[in-house]
Amino acid sequence: MTIHLKYWKQDGPDVPGHFEEYTLNTVNEHMSFLEMLDVLNEELQLEGKDPVEFDYDCREGICGSCNLVINGQAHGPKAKVACCQLHMRNYKNGDKITIEPPRAAAFPIIKDLVVNRGAFDRIIEAGGYVSVKTGSAQEANAIPIEKEKSDAAFDYATCIGCGACVAACPNASASLFTGAKLAHLNHVPQGEVERSNRVVAMVDQMKEEGFGDCSNFAECEAVCPVGISISAIAEMRRDYMKAMFS
Amino acid sequence: MPSFIKAINSQVGRKVMTGITGIGLMLFLIGHIAGNLTIFGAPDAFNIYTKTLADLGPLLYVIEAGLAFFFLYHTILGVSIWRSRRKARPEGYKKYQTKGGPSHQSLASKSMIYTGSIILVFLVLHIIHFKFGADYATMIDGVEARDLRRLVIEEFQKTWIVVGYVGVLSLVILHLSHGFWSAFTSLSMKSKEASKKIQMASYAFAIVIMLLFIFIPLYIYFTGGEGSLISY
Repeated sequence: MTIHLKYWKQDGPDVPGHFEEYTLNTVNEHMSFLEMLDVLNEELQLEGKDPVEFDYDCREGICGSCNLVINGQAHGPKAKVACCQLHMRNYKNGDKITIEPPRAAAFPIIKDLVVNRGAFDRIIEAGGYVSVKTGSAQEANAIPIEKEKSDAAFDYATCIGCGACVAACPNASASLFTGAKLAHLNHVPQGEVERSNRVVAMVDQMKEEGFGDCSNFAECEAVCPVGISISAIAEMRRDYMKAMFS
Repeated sequence: MPSFIKAINSQVGRKVMTGITGIGLMLFLIGHIAGNLTIFGAPDAFNIYTKTLADLGPLLYVIEAGLAFFFLYHTILGVSIWRSRRKARPEGYKKYQTKGGPSHQSLASKSMIYTGSIILVFLVLHIIHFKFGADYATMIDGVEARDLRRLVIEEFQKTWIVVGYVGVLSLVILHLSHGFWSAFTSLSMKSKEASKKIQMASYAFAIVIMLLFIFIPLYIYFTGGEGSLISY
């Protein structure tokens, strides 16, 4: 089928970017969205043009590297699907597709559709960990944890850190990511010890990185490829308020 | 442990305080409409109600200052959160659309800053209109009091006043239909089931309270102040 593409081209972080257009005539419905972009890049290179840079790694929806904004929706039109798992059968012959990088001051563009998500790493560094004594660490299964709590911790731990929540949030807030990274630790005894310090440090870092405030639009939950709920943000708010009195 | 000042200025605290002030303002609306409805009571009921408020003296000033603080704080936070988005996303999308599903992006949620701004301007005009409006006198139990009821009934027979009030109050419905849910969400409502119920309650609250508010000017306008619900 034929797909008309319009994609963002930007040579580097500090140079102005622009949209370029290309019509692909060799797209088939079994291709993933990224495979379609591979074909685009092959054609561009054969024509002696600069290929479009985009982030990817596993291509099976678990690494969180890809995070294209497709026709104004992070990861494209399907719910709970990363764009590497989005297939071209979701489009029709002759469709026009606009591809943009996630837009946020905290995610500076490196090139074209690739952004630097180091801000997420720094939020984790601020407190998204548990301090354990390595070497003499006890057997993890020796600590009893209720099934409900371990399930909740696991659900939050499925966050792959792709940044779709930031990309789709009208305020470019990182609350869903930060909430998930807090909540998956707070539901298990190992995370309980540093709970108060963790929430304050991570919420502070989120602001420090230049992410916006949360306005409860819940668009983050709608675009999250692993379906993290905004209850993660509620957990963050509860913990922060509790930390005030601890 | 963060200090109180640091906490309320954090990204979490700002939203929590927006929710708390919002709930405070909604409670005020309930009190306001309860008072307004006394216009349908005995001939003196409304003026006795306003006189009781006026007789609070210094306490009334304290209550007014508290209300003004809630309004201003709520406004400052709302504007500040809205402005933060430009800093957080200096370059917007060429194309942007919501993915639907669990998203709460709607006409109501996206227009909070605009409906809020109009409500604020309306509030100032509303206070000038009634609190500082014509000062008619009446007698209640042999004591002279302000006849605010006469002013209300006179004003709500003017077409442009009724159109303006009903118009702005319709925007309040929009503001509350998202605001009620958002306030509880900001106060850390976690469960999905509760969230759905609160969203329903949000619509119900907005519609019921605003229909009551709108009923008074419309009733007075269409009955020329002489409807059977108003006794003289």
